[in-house]
Amino acid sequence: MNRFADLLDMLAFTPSRNAKLALLQDYFRTVPDPERGYALAAIARDLDIPAVKPAQLRELISARMDPELFAYSYDYVGDLAETIALAWPEKETARAGRNDAPGLAEVVETLQASSRRDGPRLVEDWLDRLDAPGRYALLKLVTGGFRMGLSGRLIKQALAGFGQVEVNEIEELWHGLTPPYLELFAWLEGGGDKPVNAAAAPFRPVMLSHAVELTDFDKLDPDDFTAEWKWDGIRVQATSERGVNRLYTRTGDDISAAFPDLVDAIAFDGALDGELLVARPGGEGIETGTFSDLQQRLNRKTVTAKQLRDHPAFFRAYDILQDGAFDLRAKPFLERRARLESFVAELDPMRFDVSQLLPFTTWHELSLLRADPPFAVIEGVMIKRKLSPYVPGRPKGEWYKWKRDPFLIDAVLMYAQRGHGKRSGYYSDYTFGVWRDEGELVPVGKAYFGFTDEELLKIDKYVRDNTIERFGPVRSVRAGPDKGLVFEVAFEGINRSTRHKSGVAMRFPRISRLRWDKPPAEADRLETLERMIDGTE
Amino acid sequence: MIAQPMLRRVGKRKPFRWALSRGRKPPYLGCMTPRPEDLLIPRREGLYCPPGDFFIDPVRGVDRALITHGHADHARAGHGHVLATPETLDIMAIRYGADHADATQPASLGEEIRIKDVTVTFHPAGHVLGSAQIAVERNGLRIVASGDYKPRPDPTCASFEPVACDVFITEATFALPVFRHPDAGSEIARLLRSVSRNPDRAHLVGVYSLGKAQRVIRLIRDAGYQKPLYIHGALQKLCDYYESQGIALGELRPATVEASAKGDFAGAIVLGPPSAFGDKWARRFPDPLISFASGWMQVRARARQRGVELPLVISDHADWDELAETITAVAPGEVWVTHGREEALVRWCEMQGIAAKPLHLVGYEDEGD
Repeated sequence: MNRFADLLDMLAFTPSRNAKLALLQDYFRTVPDPERGYALAAIARDLDIPAVKPAQLRELISARMDPELFAYSYDYVGDLAETIALAWPEKETARAGRNDAPGLAEVVETLQASSRRDGPRLVEDWLDRLDAPGRYALLKLVTGGFRMGLSGRLIKQALAGFGQVEVNEIEELWHGLTPPYLELFAWLEGGGDKPVNAAAAPFRPVMLSHAVELTDFDKLDPDDFTAEWKWDGIRVQATSERGVNRLYTRTGDDISAAFPDLVDAIAFDGALDGELLVARPGGEGIETGTFSDLQQRLNRKTVTAKQLRDHPAFFRAYDILQDGAFDLRAKPFLERRARLESFVAELDPMRFDVSQLLPFTTWHELSLLRADPPFAVIEGVMIKRKLSPYVPGRPKGEWYKWKRDPFLIDAVLMYAQRGHGKRSGYYSDYTFGVWRDEGELVPVGKAYFGFTDEELLKIDKYVRDNTIERFGPVRSVRAGPDKGLVFEVAFEGINRSTRHKSGVAMRFPRISRLRWDKPPAEADRLETLERMIDGTE
Repeated sequence: MIAQPMLRRVGKRKPFRWALSRGRKPPYLGCMTPRPEDLLIPRREGLYCPPGDFFIDPVRGVDRALITHGHADHARAGHGHVLATPETLDIMAIRYGADHADATQPASLGEEIRIKDVTVTFHPAGHVLGSAQIAVERNGLRIVASGDYKPRPDPTCASFEPVACDVFITEATFALPVFRHPDAGSEIARLLRSVSRNPDRAHLVGVYSLGKAQRVIRLIRDAGYQKPLYIHGALQKLCDYYESQGIALGELRPATVEASAKGDFAGAIVLGPPSAFGDKWARRFPDPLISFASGWMQVRARARQRGVELPLVISDHADWDELAETITAVAPGEVWVTHGREEALVRWCEMQGIAAKPLHLVGYEDEGD
């Protein structure tokens, strides 16, 4: 358990993506089966063990220490598992001198073989046998409380790097595998054959596009291409085989549980590539909802009846990869497209439709369409070569995305935070705000890229010269109508948010220009942002 | 600002219980049994002894000051007369100049010193070099003001000694059951593992300049690491002083670019005050890995707040178990609790049947470590 606890700690404190990859790979290299497999499952949240509820943990600790002292402690630490892990009394237990701390494999296998009712008793015994880091790892494990900021993609990349294979090979296999992944590790270490994905309805690695550069258009013949809207939903794969329906994200994460309404409507045998969107209920056919509507359904493990009714999910199909027994991926795009149209015509019209092809003969015509999309939830156009096969990864010269121009606002720098790693010693993460009534700045977003190294030096100097207050690694910067630094901020979208004081949340904000010349009083007002939201709804 | 402390008492009879509960002396004992509040009381300037007319660790200039140790919130410049251990006096002279007080008087450990009709003795506190508990005694009543203390062994200072007393004044910096400091040696081992795992990065270890810096350096040496260590300029004088007191710190080099090219710091351990890590100073190092040696690093949110990548739980204060063990060993009639999480320690004392109250002294950092 200690090696696992160590890994969790280091992953939690390491900001750099590459360092996280290195930590995971080092762990896979040095920890034996089945321990490493269970760790992988825990981090990937792919581990099915009976959960212990927070209330049960509180009962355990109440039996061991004064509730008032526990309350003071919890109040200070702020995290239940961490408080219990740190405060669990050690002196009275028989742990002293014992050498039987449970390993991760023992914990997982014991829990898998027991009933939910036995959970607290087992956990209590393990808490007595572990040290504080081990207890923390155990409690996070049994409460399912891992929030490590590790994407499924990053974990799969770590595995790919560990075994020197392509990441899409891992993605393709992932859903046929179960913890502790003995076959997978054997293959990655060169000691076994590549596992055969025996699961029904496996994930098929997706084909991605390149961002188009304006100079590319000189070399591209419009006759060779089709175009369609680029919808701003979630790129997904709907697949069904032998009665098993699944919905995958583009990195192969299974999100079926969050979209039962759509998954139930997968009444076919095959695999489709498309966009998951949310409809406005009540219409004749599908009425496309806004990004805010979609947000009501995102990042949820389960879904309520009300959400299903008010925000029904639907699938806008881009491509067909598999039709019954036929793998269509090697066929040219237009041939697949024809098959897709007849395929989708058989499906529930409230749940499935086909992405429309846009009429154009010149790139200029397409640019006019791009500039004026019919729905706000369109983020640009996709340009696809008529003859392109469906190739996993990001093949060159086949598909292009041509995103709409970003939104721009002028905002005032309010807080700056010290960076990590190579940016240590530089204030490189910025919180910026816009004006609200009575001349008050309200923070609306954070950005930490979009500027050059030279610009970073200048901003950093500005921050140091104009600091009002310091809170740990954060500095509050002078910002008033006459004195302050204005950023032109670019972002991809904007939504209402109850989590932020300003009531708005930007998507993908970055610094596009430094406006040293602009008086802060002339920066944008919150109403401008609110109007942008109204415009997208 | 000084609220009269609420007295919380539980349990068995104490010698002065009757007097405290009625606010006057028991008639049958006459004037021979003093109240502890007559011997030491909290004042705006610090803890004051009326019969001796002196303050302990006053936070502003006073005529006569007794100083427990050299940390800036306990030892300030500008007193008339300062009584402290020779090491603490040296440290104050290094920090504030030799003229930080009109007169100074060294106190040897264990030596009985008479101030008016009060006797004071200094006893080792194990916190930093020169740190002492101060016992104040009059008419058979003894109060020990322990300042900051640490019962576990520290190769850079004399070990804490429990002193029997009627009232024990204890700090409460880490007075929550969640604070259990691991063995410092195992934390140093984590640092050294991280150094060998990241040969291209400079490890910047945040340490306070008095005590923590020298202890961490000594522990690194004890772990067998003999390469030069690099130190921020703010640590230089105190490291030199520790060396002069016979605490070998090995080869220390100034962490400046003049002395070395950026690449030379790859794989190096650099120690500096944590406040320096936001400064331009930090830019000279290749891909710095920020570490911080402090008892606060026990709590994840605290480490993340400070942007620490490698938290090292190394503290110069007593942890929860050590506070409890110390109070049990000293077995005072009453405990007064100051700076930190007073309420939890008072609660613990209540549960043990020991009378305890918070002192509400103003001006001490309960964050430093």
